[in-house]
Amino acid sequence: MLQLQKLTKRYPTGDLALSDVDLEIPMGQVLALIGPSGAGKSTLIRSINRLVEPTSGAAILDGENLTSLSAGNLRKARRRMGMIFQEYALVERLSVMENVLSGQLGYVGFWRSFLRKFPQSTINEAFRLLERVGLEHMADKRADQLSGGQRQRVGIARALIQDPKLLLVDEPTASLDPKTSRQIMRLICELCDERGLSAIINIHDVALAKMFVPRVIGLKLGKMVFDGGPNDLTPDVLTDIYGEEDWEATIEKVDDEDEETA
Amino acid sequence: MSEASLALGRTWKRPPIISNPILRWTLIIGALVYLIAAVMTIDVNWSRVYEGLERGKKFILAFSNPNFSDRWTDIHEGMLESIVMALASTVAGIIISIPIGLGAARNIAPLPVYLICRGIIALSRALHEIIVAILLVAVFGFGPLAGFLTLSFATIGFLSKLLAEDIEDTDKSQAEAIKATGSSWLQWINFGIQPQIMPRLIGLSIYRLDINFRESAILGLVGAGGIGATLNTAFDRYEFDTAAAIIIIIIAIVMVLENTSTFIRGKLQ
Repeated sequence: MLQLQKLTKRYPTGDLALSDVDLEIPMGQVLALIGPSGAGKSTLIRSINRLVEPTSGAAILDGENLTSLSAGNLRKARRRMGMIFQEYALVERLSVMENVLSGQLGYVGFWRSFLRKFPQSTINEAFRLLERVGLEHMADKRADQLSGGQRQRVGIARALIQDPKLLLVDEPTASLDPKTSRQIMRLICELCDERGLSAIINIHDVALAKMFVPRVIGLKLGKMVFDGGPNDLTPDVLTDIYGEEDWEATIEKVDDEDEETA
Repeated sequence: MSEASLALGRTWKRPPIISNPILRWTLIIGALVYLIAAVMTIDVNWSRVYEGLERGKKFILAFSNPNFSDRWTDIHEGMLESIVMALASTVAGIIISIPIGLGAARNIAPLPVYLICRGIIALSRALHEIIVAILLVAVFGFGPLAGFLTLSFATIGFLSKLLAEDIEDTDKSQAEAIKATGSSWLQWINFGIQPQIMPRLIGLSIYRLDINFRESAILGLVGAGGIGATLNTAFDRYEFDTAAAIIIIIIAIVMVLENTSTFIRGKLQ
């Protein structure tokens, strides 16, 4: 469904952030992207929806090469790619509902969005999604009044109301506590499963990635150095990706104790 | 822990900003010498000051007995003109400032637009209100039109610059998230940027209204209409009691505006 062909990004400073990344993601697959800070994980997912312009190579979504789209077609293509951010990236002074509805901006005209007159079907869908992530009673709260976990749920609802085919997820749990992190990861994976979405999840927490995803990609200095299942992540592989460290504790099977699912 | 005990008794001082002591002391002594020399060049004519004291005293005393009634029609008209001028120029200035402010923010405008908008701002800020007013009075004649145009022009420089700086300080990730949804440029501004700058835009607008009112009192001195003209006439006729009345009204209005703006800005966060 998504193919990356020799995707390369060199920043104007000369730093090579991505180097010839080849990757194919089938429909409905959720994969985790791991690697040290500065390995190019964020650049990789931003090069797909062109928040970062790749220098060369191609990113092909459903047969359409995203890297060569005109501005107008790029906007249309972005509707099919929902994005979830590290620090939630909600518009803080807008209400929860407005934040969710902003996911539909690619579908409605300027005046409709300016006057907040979204179609009834969109509003129904927004309430359904808020209910699904457990925040239906928060619709008129301002986004900055929410806790971290709640904000990320709004971020998830905003990405899903786009009706995307692909989710680009950038460090969804980096600013959350361990328990909330698991709940958010579980929610993302469940929703991908329900809707048959593919997802690329950048994540620092290797143990957390292993708990939830069937495929892991390792990135190091802009190059793909690992592609396999979570059980193939041996200490040698992790040393290759991150450098020398005692990996036994990370690799240990993490108990998935009962947590309330909100 | 022998190292820790060795560390006992070590003194510490904050390193000076200029580390070279010769340069440091040269600068300090130089600044002092310059200050003393500068004060000594001021030529004070003490006998003139003594004469003026008498007039100053009369003026100050006039405040204990301000005369609102004799020239009330003039004061009333001038005040109204000043208020209308301040309000109209603020509104016109805001409307023009918003697009220029957007264009002058480096993070959202392409380079050519940025340079043009920054150029307009620089021009508006380079020219003081009084100079613009003198020029516009020469073009449009005496009266409030020249004052209105002057204040609108000055508002653009002030508001666009501060607005652009606020836009440049906005959180990039919030705007990026809106862009990633496939929004158009206008939607992106409306959802991603506008909520972040709205409180400051409102605060600055009220502050500018306050400034424009005070400026409108000055512009009358060069013939650009408003209460300044009435005030100038009162001084010319040595009617200090009327002048005192006008100044008291100006102070009252500025204080009301100041309190309103503080109140409204407190309400927005």
